[in-house]
Amino acid sequence: MATVSPTPLLKDELDIVIPTIRNLDFLEMWRPFFQPYHLIIVQDGDPSKVIKVPEGFDYELYNRNDINKILGPKASCISFKDSACRCFGYMVSKKKYIYTIDDDCFVAKDPSGKDINALDQHIKNLLCPSTPFFFNTLYDPYRDGADFVRGYPFSLREGVHTAVSHGLWLNIPDYDAPTQLVKPLERNTRYVDAIMTIPKGSLFPMCGMNLAFNRELIGPAMYFGLMGDGQPIGRYDDMWAGWCTKVICDHLGLGVKTGLPYIWHSKASNPFVNLKKEYKGIYWQEELIPFFQSVTLPKDCTTVQKCYIEISKQVKVKLGKVDDYFNKLADAMVTWIEAWDELNPSGVKPAELPNGASK
Amino acid sequence: MRTPPCLLSLTLDSAVLNLSNITDLSPLPDHILIELFLRTLRAGKLTERVLKLFIATGKDEVFSLIQALNIQVTVNPVLPTSKCLPIKDDEIDIVIGALNFDLTSFMNVWRPIFSRFHLTIVKDPDLKEELKIPEGFNLDVYKEPDIDRVVGTSTSIIFSGYACRYFGYLVSRKKYIISMDDDCLPAKDNKGFLVDAVAQHITNLTTPATPFFFNTLYDHFTEGADFVRGYPFSLRNGVTCALSCGLWHNLADFDAPTQALKPEERNSLYVDAVLTVPARTLMPISGINIAFNRDLVGPALLPCFRLATEGKFRWETMEDIWSGMCVKVICDHLGLGVKTGLPYVWRNDRGDAIASLRKEWEGVKMMEEAVPFFQSVRLPQEATTAEDCVIEVANAVKEKLGSKDPVFAHTAKAMLDWVKLWKSVGGSSSSPGA
Repeated sequence: MATVSPTPLLKDELDIVIPTIRNLDFLEMWRPFFQPYHLIIVQDGDPSKVIKVPEGFDYELYNRNDINKILGPKASCISFKDSACRCFGYMVSKKKYIYTIDDDCFVAKDPSGKDINALDQHIKNLLCPSTPFFFNTLYDPYRDGADFVRGYPFSLREGVHTAVSHGLWLNIPDYDAPTQLVKPLERNTRYVDAIMTIPKGSLFPMCGMNLAFNRELIGPAMYFGLMGDGQPIGRYDDMWAGWCTKVICDHLGLGVKTGLPYIWHSKASNPFVNLKKEYKGIYWQEELIPFFQSVTLPKDCTTVQKCYIEISKQVKVKLGKVDDYFNKLADAMVTWIEAWDELNPSGVKPAELPNGASK
Repeated sequence: MRTPPCLLSLTLDSAVLNLSNITDLSPLPDHILIELFLRTLRAGKLTERVLKLFIATGKDEVFSLIQALNIQVTVNPVLPTSKCLPIKDDEIDIVIGALNFDLTSFMNVWRPIFSRFHLTIVKDPDLKEELKIPEGFNLDVYKEPDIDRVVGTSTSIIFSGYACRYFGYLVSRKKYIISMDDDCLPAKDNKGFLVDAVAQHITNLTTPATPFFFNTLYDHFTEGADFVRGYPFSLRNGVTCALSCGLWHNLADFDAPTQALKPEERNSLYVDAVLTVPARTLMPISGINIAFNRDLVGPALLPCFRLATEGKFRWETMEDIWSGMCVKVICDHLGLGVKTGLPYVWRNDRGDAIASLRKEWEGVKMMEEAVPFFQSVRLPQEATTAEDCVIEVANAVKEKLGSKDPVFAHTAKAMLDWVKLWKSVGGSSSSPGA
């Protein structure tokens, strides 16, 4: 390909989902890149608080009251007082693609000093195939200036559809609490100029700060679990979604990419608070990882929903004995799928939903 | 304006300063105990005595924290980042297969980096001219008569062309081998400095690899990086890295059709990362810029896959690709790591891709059979050394691929010959221990 074609905007096919409990001031910096798109704001915490959305953005906003009204008793699967509530936004969206970003993430600069349009890069990643079956040593072979290396089987060069694009962060790295505590001053300043497909069979820690996915291909797997208020664990919402998603993508032959784009992560959360939230997770993940590494899905699980329900059954059987929390989580996973299917009936154009403040 | 610290915070700071006077921490409420523990750790004051004080409180949260941070009583608690093992220069051999007779400019341009080390140069037996090597290096040179003398004539292995360097691997007695093609020069990094490829390969080989879980910030041992949230603590020690695969600027390692389709394409992207190739993931391992732990995996790098039309340009060979898949499968089985990424070397323009295309290109077809084979091969638990593993793979090649193409049958035999040769000439490799 001699000429570089511009990335399609996809402005009518992509929603930006933002969970927030504070404010949306960060959107001002993103305005040049985000303004063409529709925003879905999921307001966590006190629903009586008014979250001001900067002028000029097209958005719909949901607070806890809206979530309860729309989902009724199924609202129990949506976390409260945790950014995990963002997955409600995925459920109510009508678009093909989702980009989700935290409200403490800003525009980063590339090594030449130019502002990085993270959304543009995510769209490129999602529209381009992935190569999970054989690792390419020059990373993304579809990128300008790169290709498949010698020895890469030609039969695998078409790649598969990309379901997830996982971006990274400069400045405050996404560390767990123990690491944060011993290295409070560490900053990520290294710009690694690569996008790569995470190979089939490999799990990874998926961070929800700068994440895009094809909702039609993998949406129902992006449940961010039961976290926050009333739950014994926090800061494992995106991890949980990532492990479920990767297992399902591997089963269905879909690709997950990681690497570019970078955003600038500005706020370091309190490591002592984080330790309390993650504390159980640090132990539980030692059980969770072997569990996800050994999950096998039967051949007749041909849709994401079927795969997800199957995983929830195995969670109950194998993880229920680790802690009763996993029994509740397994039930919530089923509730999530039921709610998803209700709001997104297949073959029927989804009806307009009653929502909170929208423009 | 900074808010002044609260009384509790001041008290905790004072406690940290006066730890030597404290004999009993059990009256402290849990949350204060934890905060004190963490401040003690941060102040670098967690001595064995102090640690025992905390343990004596019997509080679960303290134990959990000690476990999570991997603090051990017998070892000084240190920051949980790994450091490189110190390596002596005489543990390293740089093996060069000479396909060009005049190595003068190659050796001179690498002199600042190579001159500290021992070099093993193996002359391609098909080269007619005498080798030209500049003075001032500590090296051994092997030519056809040496190869014949050591190897004898009873073996099916042909050490010509790119395969000649494997003779160097065979006779070297160093622990770490770094090997590159003789048309490579030092590359420049993204700041414009020359890359010390040898130092980077050694760093890769002497720091742990992490094949069981993907770290999204890539190499955790680099300055400014660590394991990210969600990375299981039990997997953070990693495993020994047995193989380090570097990359190439200018002429990347493309096959002939790709290079022919994009004749002007040159690789200038500097991807500043090293990453561990996950377990059970295969990749094309190029021999152009490679390093390995000879003690652990020496026999697994093998000159056994020879195309009928193999030539003197990299895109007319597959020997390294085959060897690489063997090594990866064996490393996965033995619990060793393989890294890819830095260092880069600069590869000179050489050859005509279109001319190479005109040869019957069997390598492409054979990869279509080879890859599914390697993806499904399983080695028995009893195979605990690289030699054992090579024998198992060779037998599997004969059984599953032998009938598909005579090249595979010949390769299987050559692999068994290689192990015999290695056992008699190469010295045995170790079982990967701790």
